[in-house]
Amino acid sequence: MSNVKQVLFGPILSNNPIALQILGICSALAVTSSLSVSLVMAIALTLVTAFSGFFIAIIRNHIPNSIRIIVQMIIIASLVIVVDQVLKAFAFEISKQLSVFVGLIITNCIVMGRAEAFAMKNGPVMSFVDGIGNGLGYSAMLIIVAFFRELLGAGKLFGVEVFATIQNGGWYQPNGLMLLPPSAFFVIGLVIWVLRAYKTEQVEEPEFKIAANSRAQEAL
Amino acid sequence: MASSNDSIQKTIIVALSLCLVCSVFVAAAAVGLKPIQNANKDLDRKRNILSAANMLDPSKSVDEIFSSVEARIVNLQTGAFATQAELQAAGIDPVAYDQKAAAKNPQLSVALSGENDPAGIKRRANFSSVYLVKANNALDKIIVPVHGYGLWSTMYGFIALQNDFNTVIGFGFYDQGETPGLGGEVDNPNWKALWQGKLVYDEQGDAVIRLAKGGVDSSDPQAAHKIDGLSGATLTSRGVTHLVQYWLGEEGFGPFLAKLRSEGVQ
Repeated sequence: MSNVKQVLFGPILSNNPIALQILGICSALAVTSSLSVSLVMAIALTLVTAFSGFFIAIIRNHIPNSIRIIVQMIIIASLVIVVDQVLKAFAFEISKQLSVFVGLIITNCIVMGRAEAFAMKNGPVMSFVDGIGNGLGYSAMLIIVAFFRELLGAGKLFGVEVFATIQNGGWYQPNGLMLLPPSAFFVIGLVIWVLRAYKTEQVEEPEFKIAANSRAQEAL
Repeated sequence: MASSNDSIQKTIIVALSLCLVCSVFVAAAAVGLKPIQNANKDLDRKRNILSAANMLDPSKSVDEIFSSVEARIVNLQTGAFATQAELQAAGIDPVAYDQKAAAKNPQLSVALSGENDPAGIKRRANFSSVYLVKANNALDKIIVPVHGYGLWSTMYGFIALQNDFNTVIGFGFYDQGETPGLGGEVDNPNWKALWQGKLVYDEQGDAVIRLAKGGVDSSDPQAAHKIDGLSGATLTSRGVTHLVQYWLGEEGFGPFLAKLRSEGVQ
């Protein structure tokens, strides 16, 4: 039971796919300018990761090694297309905002990474739990980033005004940079910093050590 | 095991059966959900048309309000409503007319280049939908579709005019990909409200409505034709000016609206 717990909740703090493995950054930059869109993206990715892990694990003993990546891609792509179709049918407004990014779940490194690293070696149920767990890790990060970007960039949360902006006669001057994708780098970087200050075992050994300062006489 | 996973036979069988299962799965989802998706698209289009004319009312359903709107097709070359014969010759169904697709079809559109193409749309369809809103058996409002290039994206929107075919009721884009927070402010309701009551045409009948950089000075005699530009979005503002002037000008709906003004709606 503790094993299931480890697989499910481990990826949130101690092995976060974005913060530690630095996977799935692309969509974390692209969709996080508003909370509601990020939430839908997070749910979509969690479902795709979980179900692709599940199906791949079922047939893992029959997948020929030479075409295993293609087989994984076919399963992931099929699931993503279905998710996209479902969103278009039941969440039209949000699917318009997500536009191509749902389709790009196919290329999200987390989905592929979990399929190759976990689902090929473990049973369907564990793979499903692992997919949910990694989806949760991704979701947590996405929601943190989106919270700061939407709040500071537009003064809103879930589209509801929190800070009255100057454009609407309030006091808050929105930070336009926060609405642009690069700002997610800053937020993700800060989150990684906080996380590693809290869980010091995540800090990597530096590959090179910087030499102590030399004095001018020594340099000559 | 008799056949190993890596034998050619097994590889082909796995690949084929997987593709088969997945394609059935995907096709079922696509076909099964198609009707709901089309209904959504249709509802979205109607909502955009109504929102440009400030006709949305949360207490009524979109379809209910839209029942007072009549969709017609205009022949932009003659500046008149397309006749039955013209529609038949072009193979257009007025209800399901797709202007975006028609603009790509060489038989239904004209190519634009250089000076003829201020809005940056490359091809313009010969026919366009317009939406007439009637009240008490008389034409009350007219809503026309416009589109053109901003800074990053082609912006699609509607502009609604009063029955003098000059005064703007409302304006809005339903599809644009401009910079969020700068050009993306074309979606800001406060900015869109500035359009209300502005006049499109001057005394000579030219479409002169434009966005003014640095804001509109109310003592300016041209102020009735000017809307505040978007701060920090010069190119998007320029794109909006170009597309509105193009679509309401000589090459767009200008002749059609002039005709309506002098002859009324048949």
